[in-house]
Amino acid sequence: MHELSVCLSLLDQVERIAKEHGAERVERILLRIGPLSGVEAPLLAHAYPLAAAGTLAEHAELEIETAPVRVHCIDCGEESEATANRLLCAHCASHRTRLTSGDEMLLASLEMSIPEEPHASA
Amino acid sequence: MCDTCGCNITPGNEHLVRANGTHAKTADGRAAVAVLSSLLDENDHQALHNREHFDRHGVLALNLMSSPGAGKTSLLEATIEALRGELRIAVIEGDLETENDAERIRAKGVPAIQIATGSACHLDAHMVHEALHRLDLSEIDLLFIENVGNLVCPASFDLGQHRNVTLLSVPEGDDKPAKYPVMFRAADLVLLSKADLLPVLDEFDPARAEGYLRQLASQVPFERVAIRSGQERLAPWLDWLRQEVAAQSARRAEGKTARPSVQPDGARDEHYAHPHAHGPHAGHHHQ
Repeated sequence: MHELSVCLSLLDQVERIAKEHGAERVERILLRIGPLSGVEAPLLAHAYPLAAAGTLAEHAELEIETAPVRVHCIDCGEESEATANRLLCAHCASHRTRLTSGDEMLLASLEMSIPEEPHASA
Repeated sequence: MCDTCGCNITPGNEHLVRANGTHAKTADGRAAVAVLSSLLDENDHQALHNREHFDRHGVLALNLMSSPGAGKTSLLEATIEALRGELRIAVIEGDLETENDAERIRAKGVPAIQIATGSACHLDAHMVHEALHRLDLSEIDLLFIENVGNLVCPASFDLGQHRNVTLLSVPEGDDKPAKYPVMFRAADLVLLSKADLLPVLDEFDPARAEGYLRQLASQVPFERVAIRSGQERLAPWLDWLRQEVAAQSARRAEGKTARPSVQPDGARDEHYAHPHAHGPHAGHHHQ
C-alpha cells in the first residue's frame, strides 16, 4: 500500500502552497484520481487523517473526484469510454488509442482561509 | 511537470480550474486556488533530477518490475554474463529486507547497491537518489534498477528511469496484464520469463497473455526469455538492450532525454519537454 506515501507527499505540497498564500487553515482539498493511476481513493481517504495531523490541513475536507477512463482512437478519431483493463476504441475496436482521462493523480484545487488578505499577487 | 503555467491542464481536467484567478473567492469567502499538479510532485521533481544525472553521464537507466519471484535477479545475472566486455553494467536492488540480491549481482563482478525499503512496497526517486551517491556513474553504460517485487505500487513512482521493463513469468498465469493494468500499461517492454516452462505449464497461453496486454492499448514488444542452461533464450532481450543503449547515446549527443512511454501521474506526452521546467543541465548540483 503506497497511499500513505502519496498522502504525505500531497500534504507537503498543500502546506507549501498554503504558506505561499499566507493561509492559516486549509479548508478543502479537491483531488482527481483515475482508476489507472494506481492509487485507490478509499485508501487515500483513510490515510489522510493520519498524514494530516498537526498540519495546516488537519481539518480540511478531502474531496476525491474519480476521473472516468476515456480513450481517443488514433484510427477513427472518435473518443469513447473504456475500462481500466480494456482500453480499446468503443467505435472501431482499434488497439491504437491514447488515454485522454483515467490515469490522473492530481491535486486539483485548494480552498484556504487567509487572514485579511491584502491584494496579494501569486 | 509544472504547476504554474497551466501546461498540465488537459481537456479532461480543465473544468476543475474553477477559480478565475489565483485568489478567486468561494461563496463563503475562502480563497480558492487551482493547483493541478501531481500528488507526487516532490517525487517527480527528484526523478527529473535523477534523469538529468543519468543523462549527464550517458547512462541508460531501466526500471525492472514484476511480482516477487518472476526472475528479475536471475535475468540480470544471465544478462551480466552475456554482455560481459560489451557494456558496463551496475544494479540498484530494491527489497524490503536483506542484501541477498545485491550479493548475487556482486558475485558477477558488477557494482550493486542494495536499498532495504523496510516496509515500503516500492522504490521512490529519493531512495534511488541516495543510492546514486554510492555509484560511480562515469564507469557505467547501463543501470538496472530492480524494483521491489510487486505488481501494484512500483508503477506509481517515477524514479528517473528512461524505460520500464516488466516481467511476467509463466507460473503466474496469463491473465496478469488484465489484473494489473496499471503496471503492464507502464511497460516499454514486457518479458515473458521462465518461457522454458511453457511445455510443462500448458494452461499458460502466450497469445492470450499478449492479447490482454494489447487490450491495454499497448504496442510494446512482448518477448520470451529463459535462462536455464540448455534452454537459454536471451537474444531478443539483449538486442533490445543494445538498441536502447545506442538510442541513449544518440539522444545524449543531441542533448535530449527519454521517459517511459506512459507516465504514472497522468502527465501527457506533450508536456514532457516543458521549456521552462528544467533544462537538461539547469540547477543541478552534482558534478
